Amino acid sequence: MITIERLTKRYGRATVVSDFSVDIADGESIALWGPNGAGKTTVVRCILGLVRYEGTIIIGGLDARTHGKAVRRAMGYVPQELSFYDEMTVFDLLDYSAALRDIPTERVSEVADVVKVGEHLHKKVRELSGGLKQRLGIAAALLPDPPILLLDEPTSNLDAKSRDAAIELLQGLRDEGRTLVVTSHHVEEMAMLVDRVVAMERGEITTICDPSDVAEVLGLRAWLHLVLTNGSAPRALDVLSASGFTAKLNGRGVLVEVSAQDKGEAVAALQRAGVSIKDLEVWR
Amino acid sequence: MTATHIEATSERIETTLVGVVAAKEIRDARRSKWFWMWTAAFAALAAVMASVALPGSQVAGYGSFGKTAASLVALAQIIIPLMGLTLGAYSIAGQRENGALRFLMSHPISRSEVFLGTYVGLAVALAGTVFGGFGIAGLITVAQGGGANATSFVRIAVLSWLLAISMLGFGMLISTFARRANTALGVAIFLWLGLAFLGDLGVMGTSVATNIPTWGLLASAVMNPVEAFRLASLTAFSGSLDVLGPAGRYAVDALGDSLGWWLFTIAAAWAVIPVTIALARFSRGSDV
Repeated sequence: MITIERLTKRYGRATVVSDFSVDIADGESIALWGPNGAGKTTVVRCILGLVRYEGTIIIGGLDARTHGKAVRRAMGYVPQELSFYDEMTVFDLLDYSAALRDIPTERVSEVADVVKVGEHLHKKVRELSGGLKQRLGIAAALLPDPPILLLDEPTSNLDAKSRDAAIELLQGLRDEGRTLVVTSHHVEEMAMLVDRVVAMERGEITTICDPSDVAEVLGLRAWLHLVLTNGSAPRALDVLSASGFTAKLNGRGVLVEVSAQDKGEAVAALQRAGVSIKDLEVWR
Repeated sequence: MTATHIEATSERIETTLVGVVAAKEIRDARRSKWFWMWTAAFAALAAVMASVALPGSQVAGYGSFGKTAASLVALAQIIIPLMGLTLGAYSIAGQRENGALRFLMSHPISRSEVFLGTYVGLAVALAGTVFGGFGIAGLITVAQGGGANATSFVRIAVLSWLLAISMLGFGMLISTFARRANTALGVAIFLWLGLAFLGDLGVMGTSVATNIPTWGLLASAVMNPVEAFRLASLTAFSGSLDVLGPAGRYAVDALGDSLGWWLFTIAAAWAVIPVTIALARFSRGSDV
């Protein structure tokens, strides 16, 4: 159980997290969601004791401020990007992390295989792709087999394929019963991964909701990119405007602004008017 | 797999963790081209000094190692402070800037352990450079037929390492304040200029412009760790402090045979003071 009460973090005169309180149950996975600068990463840094803070953070019955080493033993942390230790090999980095946790070296190969970096153990960190670096970060976090995982924007620097693979890996870790605290600004990923979303803006909690409701609750808008058959874009624009949508030309297709609930309505309006759609994509 | 109850453990400093961080620092130093560049430069200059110093040893009046040591002191008081200060300045600030410090401290390790491990690792690496340079110079001296005053030579090598770790401590103190590595390096270079060049000039200027008592001149000289090293080293092989004029003669008269040990103790104190302040500051818990 993680209990955060009235957490406040100030940098000089700027308050980056204000009066943040949340309880996270064992085995629960939550997402800290919000735009850049919302304060989500700062909350994670407070939990890890990397920064000074006001308020209280209790983890497994211990005050994180006074029992920093003990609570960090129960946590694995995956940074946003492994942009350091570039000259170390994957094995050396994992072995270093293991030594810091008094874990035998044999565990390195075991964890590397679990997160599928086993065949890259002798590569230097700088030679890895973004996806592999992310997996390496997860491998380091999993070395002590911790009950709690803190993940800072785990998919932010990944391409679509790597992102899907990372989400699948994280889902597996969640299903093993670990407590996950994930920061992200990708709504769709959270729906697949977490039990609750804590939405933040300017350091404050704006709402706590179910991941499937987050788009509706927060009134999120998205752009639907529709690829159309040749010459049908002007007609599509007319139909969408007549149906109340904001739309504009984009290459061979159109971009339509939609809310979380009416993506299908835009498509249906075009189909009713006989405009055929070759492909579609949601942009946020 | 739950975290309902986490067992409280000791938050005291664990030497094993200090050792793990220190070992990594030593490995990193061995891989660093900058570190090898420093080591090669110091060793090469020490070898040149040893080669050219010995033929003139009779003229100078020092026996074999003594002349080599005098040359090495002049070399060490310029190069070693720059080496120690820049290594120290980059240590914490560099890791803070690239995110490595956050990753490191996400492990069950305290700030004190991180700091001490970094310091010990760099101090060992500097020992390799300093003793390597002095070792090469010593071998050349022996090969050329010199061999007397070897004890003083070793003592100066140890003093040089004390100077190196003193400067490392100053560098790490700067590093605990700086958010950016380049800022820390810039401040370190200014401090090097002040300690290696301007401090000496300041003492000389003050003594000329004011009627500073002789003991005051000696005290103000050893307030500069580089100067304290130089005086301790000169005493080690010549037994006198003529370079300080009346203040030097006063010191020899007042302290007699114990002068060398007094100066050695002051140099050793300078090796401890800055790193202690830096450790206290870093352990207090500034944001990383």
